[in-house]
Amino acid sequence: MSAYRFPGAFVCGAALLWAMAVQAAEKPEDNYRTYCVQCHGLQGNGKGINVRDMSVQPRDHTDAEAMAARSDDDLFKVIKEGGVAINKSVLMPAWGDVLNDEEIRGLVAHLRKLCQCTYGSK
Amino acid sequence: MKRRPNLTIRFVAGTALFSVVLTCAAADGEQLLASRCAGCHNLTGPAPATLQALWDRKGPDLFYAGNKYKALWMQQWLQKPTRIRPAGMFYAAHIKPGPKSDEIDDATLDKHPALSPEDAKAVTAVLMQRKSGSDFVTAGAYTPGTISSSTGEMMFDKFRGCLACHEIEPGFGGLSGPEVYTAGARLQEDYLISYLRNPQAWDPKTFMPNKHLSDTDLQKLVHYLRLLSEESER
Ligand code: HEC
Ligand code: HEC
Repeated sequence: MSAYRFPGAFVCGAALLWAMAVQAAEKPEDNYRTYCVQCHGLQGNGKGINVRDMSVQPRDHTDAEAMAARSDDDLFKVIKEGGVAINKSVLMPAWGDVLNDEEIRGLVAHLRKLCQCTYGSK
Repeated sequence: MKRRPNLTIRFVAGTALFSVVLTCAAADGEQLLASRCAGCHNLTGPAPATLQALWDRKGPDLFYAGNKYKALWMQQWLQKPTRIRPAGMFYAAHIKPGPKSDEIDDATLDKHPALSPEDAKAVTAVLMQRKSGSDFVTAGAYTPGTISSSTGEMMFDKFRGCLACHEIEPGFGGLSGPEVYTAGARLQEDYLISYLRNPQAWDPKTFMPNKHLSDTDLQKLVHYLRLLSEESER
């Protein structure tokens, strides 16, 4: 009898885990609006409301040339671990405590849309 | 002949008025919270677990108010509220592109309701009893000490990058986070230590990043926040 019950419990458990995972991942554009726009701006052009007194200005994500100079791995790393991790400004925070890896990969893809570029293009 | 309402009516009206006055005077903080504050403030928890809930939040969560705020500050602020978050609760809902950079859209920001001295006192008393999150605060975590204003600013700006989002005086600093030149007056020191160590423990979706500060940094930053408040009160 217990042999019949086991798969049921397993399926339910897996479904629950899946539901939790689905709830945990937010859409890339929503994460961008929440965490990135404060410095990188509504248009992704590096002109957020915070830039007035910043000693190093945020990256313009629509600048295809500058963005093409960064690999996807570098972009992933700077989002997760912060500017210092790739020898850039401390003003770029590490977001690994609010974003999971899947969400960060989503943001890297979102950045590629904003710059309409890929690593090494141009 | 003068017309006078008959005695019974006057008596009934008088009693009614008297009991209304009595109820108002006795209106305790909890009733005020339920009728005038609960529409904007979460008084029971939990904090937003999704971005949508974060965006929809109308006011700061108050279900751990007793672990967070200084009672004296709260009672005074409620009588004469001033803006703390230059761009409101969720900045992206209150900004628009400007000629040089995004700008705050003031028309989208409302004034906070002000309370009478009695109501402010009553409400503060009950808010200070809300102590969720006690697991995250250690009484005595902060050890009073001092820091020079130049060292403090250097840490806050160059070394730890906090200035990006916070103003250290009116008109200087970032705008997406709350002004910090009043944080020392508003917030309990032990809460500051706990919050700065791990903002997400209090508010999982917050756009205040965890800056992975060392214990020494935490203490120094709180010295600095206290110094800023002393300076701004002068
Ligand atoms: C219309 C929505 C609204 C109502 C109603 C409202 N508040 Fe607020 N409250 C806010 C917002 C928004 C802020 C943040 C203000 C700022 O940052 O400038 C705030 C801030 C506060 C703060 C300061 C906390 C902090 O971290 O900034 C306290 C305390 C407070 N409210 C208490 C109350 C009480 C008590 C009531 C009921 C008498 C009340 N509020 C009614 C929206 C509201
Ligand atoms: C990317 C922007 C950003 C950076 C960088 C940042 N903060 Fe914050 N900070 C915020 C936001 C957003 C909040 C929370 C706002 C809220 O509760 O509504 C916050 C909250 C705070 C608070 C609590 C204020 C209050 O009134 O509740 C303090 C104190 C604080 N930050 C200090 C710091 C320090 C110190 C650093 C650097 C180590 C720092 N912040 C870096 C955005 C930032």
